[in-house]
Amino acid sequence: MTYLDVARIKEDFPILRREVHGHRLVYLDSASSSQKPIAVLDAMDQMYRTSYANVHRGVYTIAEEATAAYENARTKVARFVNAPSTAELVFTRNATEAINLVAYTWARANLREGDAIVLTHLEHHANVVPWHMLAAERGVEVRWIPMTPDYELDLSNLDALLDGAKLLGVSAMSNVLGTMPPVRQLVDAAHAVGALALVDACQYVPHNVTDVQAWDADFVAFSAHKLLGPTGIGALWGREALLDAMPPFLGGGEMIRDVRLDGFTPNELPWKFEAGTQPIAEAVGFGAAVDYLSALGMDAVRAHEKQLTAYALNALLERFPRTLHIYGPLDVERRGGAVSFLFDEIHAHDVSQVLDEDGVCVRAGHHCAKPLMRVLGVPATTRASFYVYNDETDVDVLVESLAKAEKFFLG
Amino acid sequence: MPGLEDLYREIILDHYRSPRNRGELPVPPAHKVEGFNPLCGDEVVLYLDVDPDTDTVRDVKIAGQGCSISQASTSMMSAAVKGKSVAEARQLIRAFKALMSIHEHKLEGEGDGADLQAELEGVRLGDLEALQGVVKFPVRIKCATLAWNTLQQGLDETG
Repeated sequence: MTYLDVARIKEDFPILRREVHGHRLVYLDSASSSQKPIAVLDAMDQMYRTSYANVHRGVYTIAEEATAAYENARTKVARFVNAPSTAELVFTRNATEAINLVAYTWARANLREGDAIVLTHLEHHANVVPWHMLAAERGVEVRWIPMTPDYELDLSNLDALLDGAKLLGVSAMSNVLGTMPPVRQLVDAAHAVGALALVDACQYVPHNVTDVQAWDADFVAFSAHKLLGPTGIGALWGREALLDAMPPFLGGGEMIRDVRLDGFTPNELPWKFEAGTQPIAEAVGFGAAVDYLSALGMDAVRAHEKQLTAYALNALLERFPRTLHIYGPLDVERRGGAVSFLFDEIHAHDVSQVLDEDGVCVRAGHHCAKPLMRVLGVPATTRASFYVYNDETDVDVLVESLAKAEKFFLG
Repeated sequence: MPGLEDLYREIILDHYRSPRNRGELPVPPAHKVEGFNPLCGDEVVLYLDVDPDTDTVRDVKIAGQGCSISQASTSMMSAAVKGKSVAEARQLIRAFKALMSIHEHKLEGEGDGADLQAELEGVRLGDLEALQGVVKFPVRIKCATLAWNTLQQGLDETG
């Protein structure tokens, strides 16, 4: 069964028409950043050409159009993750800034020495380093939910880890292994001990139907650039009562209701957290990206990627049964489309270099998840990751190119 | 367009598959120094046995892990400096780094690299010249220079 018309979708992405080293571009690095469809490029271009002005300020026509476009984008993004209210959808620079916002406002207002935060071995540096910084500053303890040998979270000791914790931070999908932890179960466990739950959904939102209410989480962070949108914009969804009680993050224009010589009153949600002139065209691009994905249907996107990931896992294991090791669950029901692997005797960077000769783009390295790489005991892996514009032909090119790399280095 | 054979010369692959001077030396008297490439995770460990009386690199052992370029460069470096005087080793470091940076200088429009050519003058790089192809792949230059920066650090620490 075919869930997406990939041949048709490929035509929507101008960059996929170019060649690299005389070969058709095969882009398999969407977990790092995705390519952009014409719909997104046009929406941003159109904004600049016809309706660009600063938002929430001018009373002239194009300023009102720009404001409407910016807020309309917020509504689209809020709906895309089933946020109950647009007041709860704060635009940030990316998921990293969204997590930092929580670390700098909620956490610094509420955590003190001796308090504990629980993270998992799967986390990206974006959901590790802000907490290390807090720990160093405040003497907060960071605890880790470990990983099982089959790349799932080991929840056997969860109650003890959560005992006395104030916050649980978990990735909804690992950018290295593809693992999808049981978010709702973890959120419930956190709430049961009075802790809040923050979900790093940067890898999850682009590839799945996302429902922040079904997760029952307290904060959810994601980026536009991984879901066909532009760089420079992302979002933090948070519960209204929490966001309301939190101190502001950055200070400046837009985030205030009033400023006096002796102080200021913050703006209402969500603008309270949006200081300075915002990435307006990028917000419009973000909205166009979720429109594009919604038109494909996120159920179909997920089904397509499951099918393609299963095809890729099979092809890799069949072609390289003894020399290639896959890091991550093999059951596509329990994983996303980021496939990390390593040849026994060839370094990930050397593999990536040979693949580039064939126009194949993959990521090689530690994927901004060095704690996880240490747990895995490898310095780097090669990662192929799939999206709506990839099909089985792309996987076939990858496999042939890998065979070439193996022959080149191992003879 | 530079091809793979420019980057991965046979001699490089040979050093990668069969690294020379792999092992450890007792510390002390040897000095241990480690170098890391934080972006890609390449790691070089050097054990340097410098004879203080003759100022000679009496023995070198290497360890670590990383891509073929970083590990081959480490192996070739160990073979090149073993038995050399510290002054000769430092000259090799300068010459090798000049070899790796000529391309960058041209990119930055800092002349034709004549000053760098001067560094190379009179230095026998031998097998090391095989690594010259790396400069056509700018992101890989740091793989090739890691061992040499680590050696420099080690010599500075022992000297």
